[in-house]
Amino acid sequence: MGDVLIEVRALRKLFDGFAAVDGLDLRVGAGSVCGFLGRNGAGKSTTIRLLLGFLRNDGGEVRLFGQNVLGPGGGVEIRRRIGYVSENKHLYPYMTVRQIIRFTRPFFTGWRDDLERRYLELFQLPPDRKISALSKGMRTGLMLLLAIAHNPELLILDEPTEGLDPVITDLVLRELVGLPASEGTTIFFSSHQLSEVEQIADHIAIIDRGHAVLAGAVDDMKLQYQRVRIVFPGDPPPITWADGAERVRREGRSVSILATRNVEVIVDQARALAGTSVERHPVTLKEIFLEHVGTN
Amino acid sequence: MIFFRLNPSSGVPLYLQLMEQVKHAVETGALRAGEQLPPIRAMAQELVMNSNTVVRAYRELEHEGIVELRQGLGAFIRDSVEERAKLMRKAQVIVQSAVERLQTLGATPQEMRRLFENELAALQVGSLEGK
Repeated sequence: MGDVLIEVRALRKLFDGFAAVDGLDLRVGAGSVCGFLGRNGAGKSTTIRLLLGFLRNDGGEVRLFGQNVLGPGGGVEIRRRIGYVSENKHLYPYMTVRQIIRFTRPFFTGWRDDLERRYLELFQLPPDRKISALSKGMRTGLMLLLAIAHNPELLILDEPTEGLDPVITDLVLRELVGLPASEGTTIFFSSHQLSEVEQIADHIAIIDRGHAVLAGAVDDMKLQYQRVRIVFPGDPPPITWADGAERVRREGRSVSILATRNVEVIVDQARALAGTSVERHPVTLKEIFLEHVGTN
Repeated sequence: MIFFRLNPSSGVPLYLQLMEQVKHAVETGALRAGEQLPPIRAMAQELVMNSNTVVRAYRELEHEGIVELRQGLGAFIRDSVEERAKLMRKAQVIVQSAVERLQTLGATPQEMRRLFENELAALQVGSLEGK
């Protein structure tokens, strides 16, 4: 990870005494696409609103580009370097596409006409149509245009593909994966579509009940987490497996282990037992997610 | 563009899947020495995957001597892979005949996989003890 663009330490936010964000730590490196995962109500949207300075925190700190957003001097300057797509995709419904672009543009320096044209075309946005008359897919396209046309260093999206049809979802994901390579944009997006996070993110952070339970590079996690299946010639003997052997399940003569680390050690342990056959299977992001975000 | 297809939810890291497919394309002759892999952004958008993951796959392929990264130009298949590809084609014939013979003995695909993996594990143990 190069420079750290988002750095959150011990962040806390209370709503009527309930901690929606409770000691959250988070780091997002420049140039990465980081998926922010969690169940409904885990604190994803609250965290994003704290990052953007829309909410006041009750503890901890948020640094963007190395600067404290919550203190004096934060705010507007930092906000210019960020693009944001909100969850509800609310835009002034009485404005037309052309009007809202004309309205948004002066807030930023370095507005890119080429990017504006690209998104108008890509999402087939009619310039003179009112926002209230746009389809959900078009509204998402317009939000992306408004968030990306000033060429932000950091793009933050809250559930960007929620409720979109597969064609528009694919279009949005394709655009997002192109940005880090072409413009050097860093992307932080929340989602509970594990499959799309698995597809486009290189890093993930999982939040549960207001704090981070797992963070890291997706591919490294997939190398680290593996399912080991061992078939014994007779009844499996009692074995003390190495640390990292979770969810050990016995079914007749076979044993299944979810290795969260030390997979090599566990496999060697199994191979050392006479007559066993050992198989290793990859683990999906869904299995990793469920392991860390239990039902209760 | 060559037809690559990844499965994000298979649990196998995407950069490894992409590397495997490039290697396979080289072995089958779909990619030849001197030919260029698609640029990073094009590959990322085509496969709808993270461009950093594409970069990682290209770097690892360079590390393994399969491609050469030329600054600003892209990733090119190295000449030396032709020999490797020849070896792989020869090896494939051997594996094919071994599999056929095991089949006539009545071994199941699962049993064959276990036999292969055990042999490879023994090979690794041997090379570690040899050090």
